[in-house]
Amino acid sequence: MKPRVEPWVVNAALIIIALAAIFPLAWMISVSVMAPGEASTAPPPLLPQAINFASYHELFSRGHIGRNLLNSIGLALAATVLSLAFNVTAGYAFAKLRFPGRDLAWKLMLGVMLVPAQVAMIPLFLMLKQVGLVNSYAGVLIPGMANVFGIFLVRQYALSIPDEMLEAARIDGAGEWRIFWSIVLPVLRPILVTLAIFAFLGSWNDFLWPLIVLADDSRQTLPVAIAALSREHAGDNELMMAGAVITILPVLAVVLALQRYYIQGLLSGSVKG
Amino acid sequence: MKPRGGWSFVSPALIAIGVFFVLPVVAALALSFTDFDIYGVADRHNVRFIGFDNYRRLVATPLFWSALRNTAFFVIVGAPLSIAVSLGTALLINARVVRARGAFRTALFAPVVTTVVAVAVIWRYIFHDRYGFLNYVLGWFHIDAIDWLGDPHWSMPAMIVFAVWKNFGYNMIIFVAGLQSIPGDQYEAARIDGAGRVAQFRFVTLPALAPTMLLVTILTMVGYFQLFAEPYVMTRGGPAQSTTSVLYFMFEEGFKWWNLGYASAVAFVLFAIMLGGTMLQLAVARRWSRS
Repeated sequence: MKPRVEPWVVNAALIIIALAAIFPLAWMISVSVMAPGEASTAPPPLLPQAINFASYHELFSRGHIGRNLLNSIGLALAATVLSLAFNVTAGYAFAKLRFPGRDLAWKLMLGVMLVPAQVAMIPLFLMLKQVGLVNSYAGVLIPGMANVFGIFLVRQYALSIPDEMLEAARIDGAGEWRIFWSIVLPVLRPILVTLAIFAFLGSWNDFLWPLIVLADDSRQTLPVAIAALSREHAGDNELMMAGAVITILPVLAVVLALQRYYIQGLLSGSVKG
Repeated sequence: MKPRGGWSFVSPALIAIGVFFVLPVVAALALSFTDFDIYGVADRHNVRFIGFDNYRRLVATPLFWSALRNTAFFVIVGAPLSIAVSLGTALLINARVVRARGAFRTALFAPVVTTVVAVAVIWRYIFHDRYGFLNYVLGWFHIDAIDWLGDPHWSMPAMIVFAVWKNFGYNMIIFVAGLQSIPGDQYEAARIDGAGRVAQFRFVTLPALAPTMLLVTILTMVGYFQLFAEPYVMTRGGPAQSTTSVLYFMFEEGFKWWNLGYASAVAFVLFAIMLGGTMLQLAVARRWSRS
């Protein structure tokens, strides 16, 4: 495709779009280190007059933000481990093992994907209430343990494992679990990283379900706490930006560093299977 | 040799999905035919089967209709706009003349991996009628300040601007992969036939992207139907309920007023609409590919 459009036009357009994408995040950081009240002026200041951590100090000294941060980290890690534990074996089996009812079960799984998660939330809440798991960390984790998208992700990747490799191990007399542990898992490593990132991010960013399940301030996750804070302190821009920074920045840095894996998952999720 | 033990690999996941998803979905359907409310939460004996009453009441509730209208506006305007921005950016970033492609991709992709609640907080500030950056920029072009989140006419467009910013990078990545899979000789052939850039886009790029486009459209539409956190944080469904979405309505009915039977009916109506939308897209795509 020989461009008749000047190269500088393309590059300039991209720079403008990239600036629009990055600006809110950069401004968030800038405002979070302004002195309280500094950002509530017109025209809006781009840079702080002096670096000031008062808002961070206030954020952590009142409420439970420190605790909320730990909750979010702990829940995201637990969600990641659970997702790996439940989805990997299933994804592999749907791709590579033959067993009665497999194809029907897989079709049902794909059908399940059509139903939005919110439909299940009300009965799920009542179920958890019945067994005393409302307002508990377990209650937050349970519905996300196994999910069809995760199984789908692993299945797509596992389809590329050559059958001869598994067959050879079987002829040597290895059992299916043994084959899974020593041959399949090492091959699946890249998709395990992808799955882990999706599970971690899914838990970290989740909002509606933790909002429903967690009642106590001290048990809430960061997004729930930030949302509550923003409904109370709408005008306190520096404080709110400090809250946004601790919610967004650490995770953003890690995911962008691992974006190769994230993008792989995003693309294999968008291929028809 | 026949591989055995397949069920032992899949059953933990299938049981979890069955118990914690499929069963609740079936229960939600049953619940939507009951008057399960705060008295039902206290004691199950207060719950009665009421047939289609919840659905009848829903149809007679003006707020539900405006929630439906608001959500439809968000989907019908927001999703195509979002896809157009994704495609446009994908075409730009895929152009051969682009330098530092990796850096651009990272920058454009960054909003996708942010937390909705936290970036909604940022955008509420950007949309502020007096101190917000958006009105400041509009001021450069002598456009009067807009009360983005305070004026019922602008609140939904503001949600859409925010959602496009947040989401376009996701579909952009998918489109870039789609563009890169188009063989170069197709463009070559089109050029030999005298096709200009626009004609090449129309007759080579778009047809080749059609399957990608179908998938992106369905996924984006389904995602946009689930509008919730944005109004929860930025507007609380206001002003004048102009940003109350179907899910926001469901949340308020279910978990603020504990009308759980009624809220389940809302969830099912939303599900039915989303399913209908998906089927419609598939039908349209099938017709197109036949002609």
